[in-house]
Amino acid sequence: MSFINYAAREINCKLVYYGPGLCGKTTNLQFIYSRVEPSTKGKMISLATETDRTLFFDFLPLELGTIRGFKTRFHLYTVPGQVFYEASRKLILRGVDGVIFVADSQVERMESNIESLENLEANLAEQNLTLERLPFVLQYNKRDLPNVVPIEELQAALNPRNAPWFEACAPKGIGVFETLKGAAKLVLNELKKKT
Amino acid sequence: MIGTDLMLYEEDARRLAAVLQRLCEDSKSRAVFLIDKAGQLIASAGETANIDTTSLASLTAGNIAATGGLAQLLGEKEFSVLFHEGEKDHLHISVVGQRGILVVLFDRRSSLGLVRLRVKRAAEDIGRVFTEMAERTRQEAGRGRAAFQAQFAQITDEDIDNLFKG
Repeated sequence: MSFINYAAREINCKLVYYGPGLCGKTTNLQFIYSRVEPSTKGKMISLATETDRTLFFDFLPLELGTIRGFKTRFHLYTVPGQVFYEASRKLILRGVDGVIFVADSQVERMESNIESLENLEANLAEQNLTLERLPFVLQYNKRDLPNVVPIEELQAALNPRNAPWFEACAPKGIGVFETLKGAAKLVLNELKKKT
Repeated sequence: MIGTDLMLYEEDARRLAAVLQRLCEDSKSRAVFLIDKAGQLIASAGETANIDTTSLASLTAGNIAATGGLAQLLGEKEFSVLFHEGEKDHLHISVVGQRGILVVLFDRRSSLGLVRLRVKRAAEDIGRVFTEMAERTRQEAGRGRAAFQAQFAQITDEDIDNLFKG
């Protein structure tokens, strides 16, 4: 649910990073935060436990620039990945304009990826949304690790819809901005389509 | 207009700002904010210069959402008012007009009773503006859409690429 403020000439959109625990959602936001000009970003908020696991959400407001006279702002959120934070995940998806699914490429995390994606679909369905109708991209993270699943297998298991996908190594920033840009493009195009 | 994109036109923005300004004065508050449930700031009044309003909006929406979750868990429709008491400053948070959240920041110059009283009236005013906004959106869907289309239909992939340059 984007918010178009004609009075202030602003477009505000909400992007949510979804995925299993420890897949690198918060790391994506941290890298973006570290690389963006101070004037174009707000404060990054992390509601995390003492051991740095996301408890409720991370939040990063980002001003991308002006498009046709409108200031374009993206509010980036992550959900807590751990299974038992289900109630919080549902709340964060409210009013979402686009979803980035961050998958952990390691062999032993495949099951968690699939489970998390199914959970995303179920939670979206509660809002009468589907991945087909919503701007949606995937990020295959941790590609630098030795025990990764080949892209073809990840694609077959997680991306039957053939949504845009990106390989990444979030701590080094590889693929992070490409993923964000891919999602932002879909969201803005969706906004355009609605007219 | 619940569940649809929120479009704020100048006239509505002015009216909402006026309601908030009056609430801020009448309740002797430090600052007043109107936020939508998805965490976007719609309007504000008072001493807002030193407050990170974007973070405030997002955290408040998270707070209301979490409390809403608690309410459902307990079989309540919603907990429509929250009060946070600090050492010097306090927050009164309430759901208004179904999709809005009204946040009042006040200190010892005011009191919870006064804030509650004034918020009630302001909530009615805001609810009225929201209803009229929804009505107008329905009536003028064509006009709004045309204006929007004129500016948006021309967005190219290149425009979007440009956002990520530098």
